[in-house]
Amino acid sequence: MTKDPYAVLGVAKTATADEIKSAYRKLVKKLHPDLHPGDKKAADRFKEVASAYDIVGDADKRAKFDKGEIDEAGQERPQQRYYRDYADQGGARQYQSARGFSDFDQFSDLFGDFFAGGAGGQPRGQNVHYRLEIDFLTAATGGQQRITLPDGKQLGVTIPEGVTDGQTLRLKGLGQSGPANAPAGDALIEIHVRPHPLFERKGDDIVSELAIGLDEAILGGKVEAPTVSGRVMVAIPKGASSGQTLRLKGKGIKGKGAAAGDHLIRLKIVMPKMIDDELATFIQTWREKHAYDPRSL
Amino acid sequence: MIVSEQDLVIEIRDLSLPRLHKWIRLGWVKPERREGAAFFQEVDIARVRMLNDLEQALDFDDETVPLVLSLLDQIHGLRRELRNLAHAVEEQPDAVRDRIRTAYARLSET
Repeated sequence: MTKDPYAVLGVAKTATADEIKSAYRKLVKKLHPDLHPGDKKAADRFKEVASAYDIVGDADKRAKFDKGEIDEAGQERPQQRYYRDYADQGGARQYQSARGFSDFDQFSDLFGDFFAGGAGGQPRGQNVHYRLEIDFLTAATGGQQRITLPDGKQLGVTIPEGVTDGQTLRLKGLGQSGPANAPAGDALIEIHVRPHPLFERKGDDIVSELAIGLDEAILGGKVEAPTVSGRVMVAIPKGASSGQTLRLKGKGIKGKGAAAGDHLIRLKIVMPKMIDDELATFIQTWREKHAYDPRSL
Repeated sequence: MIVSEQDLVIEIRDLSLPRLHKWIRLGWVKPERREGAAFFQEVDIARVRMLNDLEQALDFDDETVPLVLSLLDQIHGLRRELRNLAHAVEEQPDAVRDRIRTAYARLSET
């Protein structure tokens, strides 16, 4: 239900623009959902106030409203999601502050890392959370990456070999500086790995598809294939089929395990673009003597 | 939903690019950075809206905004921990919950 915008803001119809703005500001302070995180009703009441101010806070719209050209319902606002709706969830971790607990250090075994004190209860600077997107190959083989901090400073991050999507890297002492002589907090960097057009990761193994020609499938031979550590020559066995998998030992990802994963190559036979007469005639002759049923092999 | 700086400035009334840049520089908003460009997730967008309200609707100045922001971030941090703690208590057997309730009542009296 909509109400008279002047009544909602608690001002007279003759109020000046300044009076309206001042009334609005008082109500924002009292009702803004983000300033009242635990108040369930604040969002509804604030929506009314904001809709009312959308009309009478704007000279043009106010004039039209006074002349009856628009009504209060025309300014219904869609339900807005406020910061508080996200603020205490995992996605808002980079904004959450642990300072509210820094004097709770006697309970550190209960609250663990959340304390500014952390393990041992020493005061420390805050941990700072970042997200970093890296490409698939950097994640597979490791490397250096630069991250630009919100304040414009750059931070060098060493990406360890075999880092996984969603993993968090901890850079000790690169968070916020601590009080007085206390140590700085850590920078916690959540890694997001972009998918690769050719490679797919399964644990420490890499899976990719390799296209081979009809002749290569029949006669076998050496074919060059990409792996995360560069191109290698792969022996295609004589009479290879689509879907057949070749295992390149140790060419996968050196993850946490002692041995590196493998690279699995799934073969895919690709026919020539044009089936020329020579090939067709040959296969016709061949079929007469050697026909086989691939569905019963 | 992930949007760029330009989208955000169009989307939010009274928001300008220089002000958005200032907030990023001060660390009030922390968008994701990819190849030099900033990308905002829903939580970042909601935070930008809130900052815009603090500055535009409430006329808070550059000294007041960080103070309010810091208090809000602390409240949210505390609310999150309190909620987790309440859930942890909730999961306990009846006998344990009763003991916690008794201890809590005793602490609240003093």
